Amino acid sequence: MAKARGAIVVDKEKCKGCELCVVVCPTNVIRLAQEVNGKGYHFAYMEIPVACTGCTNCALVCPDSVITVYRLKQPVSEN
Amino acid sequence: MNIEDIIKPENLVFKKTGLLTEKPLSYCPGCGHGVAHRLVMEVIEEMGIEEKTIGIAPVGCSVLAYEFMNIDMQQAAHGRAPAVATGVKRVLPDHFVFTYQGDGDLAAIGTAETIHACNRGENITIIFINNGIYGMTGGQMAPTTLPGMRSSTSPYGRDVASMGHPLKMTELVAHLPGTCYVARHAVHTPANVTKTKKSIRKAFEYQRDKKGLSFVEIVSNCNSGWKMTPVDSNQWMEENMFPFYPLGVIKDIDAKTK
Repeated sequence: MAKARGAIVVDKEKCKGCELCVVVCPTNVIRLAQEVNGKGYHFAYMEIPVACTGCTNCALVCPDSVITVYRLKQPVSEN
Repeated sequence: MNIEDIIKPENLVFKKTGLLTEKPLSYCPGCGHGVAHRLVMEVIEEMGIEEKTIGIAPVGCSVLAYEFMNIDMQQAAHGRAPAVATGVKRVLPDHFVFTYQGDGDLAAIGTAETIHACNRGENITIIFINNGIYGMTGGQMAPTTLPGMRSSTSPYGRDVASMGHPLKMTELVAHLPGTCYVARHAVHTPANVTKTKKSIRKAFEYQRDKKGLSFVEIVSNCNSGWKMTPVDSNQWMEENMFPFYPLGVIKDIDAKTK
């Protein structure tokens, strides 16, 4: 089955670890890191990169606009 | 397939608008202000009016909005943003003028300015962030605080018998003949973010067409003031704020009548 593939890039130092992206992600890709950034926040990162579809939900609700989203134009076949 | 193969400029689908500065926002983690800032800036960028737009910053948490919005800004005295916007718009009628105000600014000390600007039908846009509390000063009760809602100055909950009823500014200004577009939205879910952006775009388009004052309220959270996590505060907002402040377009003079 063809599947949309995407990826996000989080600006670690500006992320405040509010967790809003974690709860809106439909494929549960995002988690908060165990380690902290320079400000002491647990920043968001992709825990399961293969599940990301590049739907931009996380970027839409991110209050600090730290998420950049990429998506492949052609869905890739899953084997 | 590697992540590096996906993260390429040609695959970019979402990035922060260039009209937001690189400064980290001064808001608490999870605050709705950040999304509201971004939506206003995205609309201005999409309409290509960044050179002709003047924003009026309020007093409150968003007092430093001019630090984050990379357009011409003026900060007004507490509650006076609609009055300042009136002046700017009358001097520069071909420019776009918007105010960005919180509920303490717009619904408390600035009630007179807001209502009279709406009643005069000034050709400006007001973006109103309502979180039901005075966030910046430590979570005191605001005119928009819900009945029974706890705040630092109503620790047993707002008692309407002694503290009065919450003020629904958006419904109030919708009755005035000077307003052309009045809507209430939220920014806590992707669907609501999309709707809010459409509404802000419409508000600016009505200003461009000189139809009158456009007013967009955004019901937001204040997780620090409400003493909750960002996720819990959004859920609390859905359960408690939305029944009292229902979302939707309240007035649209161009809406097709059935």
